[in-house]
Amino acid sequence: MSATGIGAPVRRKEDHRFITGQGRYTDDINRPGQAHAYFLRSPHAHATLKKIDTKAAAAMPGVLGIYTGDDLAADKVGGLICGWMIHSKDGSPMKAGPHPALAQGKVRYVGDHIAVVVAETLAQARDAAEAIVVDYGVLAAVVDTATAAKAKTQVHDEAPGNTVFNWHLGDKDATEAAFKAAKHVTKLDIVNNRLVPNPMEPRAAVGDYDQGEGAFTLYTTSQNPHVARLVLSAFIGIAPENKLRVIAPDVGGGFGSKIFIYAEETVCVWVAKKVGRPVKWTSDRTEAFLSDAHGRDHVTHAELAMDADGKMLAMRVHTTANLGAYLSTFSSSVPTYLYAPLLSGQYDIPAIYCEVDAVYTNTAPVDAYRGAGRPEATFVVERLVEVAARQLGKDPAKFRTQNFIRKFPHQTPVIMMYDTGNYGASLKKAMEIIDYKGFPKRRRDSARNGKLRGLGFSAYIEACGIAPSAAVGSLGAGVGLWESAEVRVNPIGTVEVLTGSHSHGQGHETTFAQLVSDRLGVPLENVSIIHGDTDKVQMGMGTYGSRSGAVGMSAIFKAIDKVIAKGKKVAAYVLEADEADIDFKDGNFTVKGTDRTLDFGSCALQAYVAHKFNGQDLEPGLKEGAFYDPTNFTFPAGVHICELEIDPDTGITRIERWAAVDDFGNVINPMIVEGQVHGGIAQGVGQALLEGARYNADGQLVTASFMDYCMPRADDLPSFEVGMTVTPCPSNPLGIKGCGEAGAIASPPAVINAITDALGHEEIAMPATPQAVWRAAQKTLSRMAAE
Amino acid sequence: MANLSMTVNGKSVTATVDPRTLLVQFLRENLRLTGTHVGCDTSQCGACVVHLDGKAVKACTTLALSCEGASVTTIEGLANGGTLHPMQEAFREHHGLQCGFCTPGMIMSAVDIVNRRGNSLDEKTIREDLDGNICRCTGYHNIVKAVAAGAEAMGKGAAPVRQAAE
Repeated sequence: MSATGIGAPVRRKEDHRFITGQGRYTDDINRPGQAHAYFLRSPHAHATLKKIDTKAAAAMPGVLGIYTGDDLAADKVGGLICGWMIHSKDGSPMKAGPHPALAQGKVRYVGDHIAVVVAETLAQARDAAEAIVVDYGVLAAVVDTATAAKAKTQVHDEAPGNTVFNWHLGDKDATEAAFKAAKHVTKLDIVNNRLVPNPMEPRAAVGDYDQGEGAFTLYTTSQNPHVARLVLSAFIGIAPENKLRVIAPDVGGGFGSKIFIYAEETVCVWVAKKVGRPVKWTSDRTEAFLSDAHGRDHVTHAELAMDADGKMLAMRVHTTANLGAYLSTFSSSVPTYLYAPLLSGQYDIPAIYCEVDAVYTNTAPVDAYRGAGRPEATFVVERLVEVAARQLGKDPAKFRTQNFIRKFPHQTPVIMMYDTGNYGASLKKAMEIIDYKGFPKRRRDSARNGKLRGLGFSAYIEACGIAPSAAVGSLGAGVGLWESAEVRVNPIGTVEVLTGSHSHGQGHETTFAQLVSDRLGVPLENVSIIHGDTDKVQMGMGTYGSRSGAVGMSAIFKAIDKVIAKGKKVAAYVLEADEADIDFKDGNFTVKGTDRTLDFGSCALQAYVAHKFNGQDLEPGLKEGAFYDPTNFTFPAGVHICELEIDPDTGITRIERWAAVDDFGNVINPMIVEGQVHGGIAQGVGQALLEGARYNADGQLVTASFMDYCMPRADDLPSFEVGMTVTPCPSNPLGIKGCGEAGAIASPPAVINAITDALGHEEIAMPATPQAVWRAAQKTLSRMAAE
Repeated sequence: MANLSMTVNGKSVTATVDPRTLLVQFLRENLRLTGTHVGCDTSQCGACVVHLDGKAVKACTTLALSCEGASVTTIEGLANGGTLHPMQEAFREHHGLQCGFCTPGMIMSAVDIVNRRGNSLDEKTIREDLDGNICRCTGYHNIVKAVAAGAEAMGKGAAPVRQAAE
């Protein structure tokens, strides 16, 4: 391993600009003549729009234009789309209501978009928006996930019973038969709390229209600018793709929420032509709470059947998933194909049956948030397994080990073919790190201090490297999920890599350069990664689902192979040897069995001057592209153990130790990978202990700022002890599985299993806030007193 | 409109501004110093932290006019020419950032912690004193390491942060 190659903890190339204040985020971009947009949003969760009077507002200082849904309709601008078709059990397609970028006739959640005001300054736009008079016909709101299907009020005419679909997966009959034969059944009711992703950079957009070229440019906070262009062009109809450039510059976190194509960027780019000026919109934090797609929000009943020895026989799950007021871009895939296929966890479970009812409510749209379906599945599995072990009187580690899958490949009863893994190895290592044997003593020590100490396991699996195009196509996806790369070698041997993956904090400029440096033998500083601009990178699918390593880097790998192959041809001419006799190693082309050598940079120069070969037999230049379509999902897996202490007097939970052992396959940069694990754990701990998006009965979001919605802060978390095991992924050339979501998937059940272990009962829900824990701990204390 | 003058990163600046202009707006929009970020508008997240007369403040809830005559240091003014401030260097060395959006405020707060509490900081102190800065990417693990290392480096004669006296 070289100091900068694959496996080295290389310090990040992108950091210099971030630590010196030179990062370039969307809100840092200002176009000449730029005007500002402000969105008038609905204060009601559900209302008809009887009249929108913009006359007085339009006359206010600085106002350049005010536009509503009628203007969108007049311009034949299409609605926002959901790109994944789900069919119900009866074969009928999901019931999707229209989703205009500016409301037409009705608003369906607080924060829904009624009008956009464009003015010289943001303050003027905001002032004018306050002068718009809207006559609302206020309707009752549907808010509650569990009862939405029974509500008298209907969010969309197209969806009777507020039901988007009733979907299922698995073999119902086999599952029912296994339950009948079972000696023990564990049952659990679970609420997976609604979360707000909250990347620190709020969403923003700058739309620009070049009248001379008849072409649009959109700067936007996107994880996948090419998908944004595709949707804005092919479905919303802003402009043909060749007249629409989408640029996502530095993106300040996303966690899924910046995958989607939202109303605001659609309107900004559309309205730029109407006012003849570049138009900027930047979300404030409360707008982000109201209108960014939320995550999770499941209500689930789950059951696990076991035989007399504790061998798992079957699982059945019923989930109601709240999709909010409209179907966001990939919302329908999250509680279905990103959820139920993970219900086998790390366990050999012969039969699984899962039903999912998806409902509309008068709340913000819900879509993928870090892990997307897989945290919800893992929470179901790992809570069920933990409770089952307790009910059977078995050690939770031994019970898991008893049921682990040991032979690979393993076909689960819910679609997935696990390729490789060693779950026992991760469990063993995590138990060593946490000193599992010493836990009883630590628990006694806590008890002597009046504290309740608990330890919780989470053995998670996820399906990443999303995804084989044919597979997702057969499951309803509207797109293929390959990735593209182009490797351009310049005449002096420096390299530019154009990739369809797009970093929003993951350090692609470093990791991808490590791969190139390692394979081509060029210094790291001679490699530049270019991403996030549809005029530079031809096409790409973007960054989500822990796919940039497994899929994006595999595309780069393929393109590098082609560069090496071309380089061998060039070297053969220059070294006057047969192409078959040329080897490439450590940045040098050599003729087998001789000392004749051509270094990579010289080869590049020869490729461009083309003096040594007939340009007809071999084309000049050294530039190759590749598309990589994965052949399977990848299956990162691991074990996290949380040890915590509860103060029953205050309800405050302190996480004392955290052991994380993950199998991500091969790792390019362990420093960056560990950082991804840390961040994921923090978000999962946030879900378990602190975070919860709450709507009141009227559909008002009562947690709409950082003063009401509790984000994890430095003193809420411990330092983490991170270890790794490695079983290389067999389905991609680098052996990578992916690491971006693991922490967020693993951690919530580890925390709740630890809290319930400390409490000695299961009566606690997420978020386990100090108040909730205090109430639960009082039950524990009174039971202890009674014993 | 009102007249305003202050010193920013060692340079005198004057402007005529709307009285409701916030310090962060003045820095970002008038001076195009876009390293100072807005993450929450409610003084919670700390992405906007700058030093005002040597002390950390949240620029998203400071009126620009209230800084008349003051000296402001932003993330852009922290490095000494081409030499990074030790706290900036520590954040890079310890991978104390991912998306980079909270980073300027995080670094300005970290320098302020060292100015207030000295160069030997334990983990508990760092975590408690970072209470006003939210990071969504790193889980704070590497930020805590970076702040401890940066604090120590600042004590070893590395250049102190540009102070108000300048």
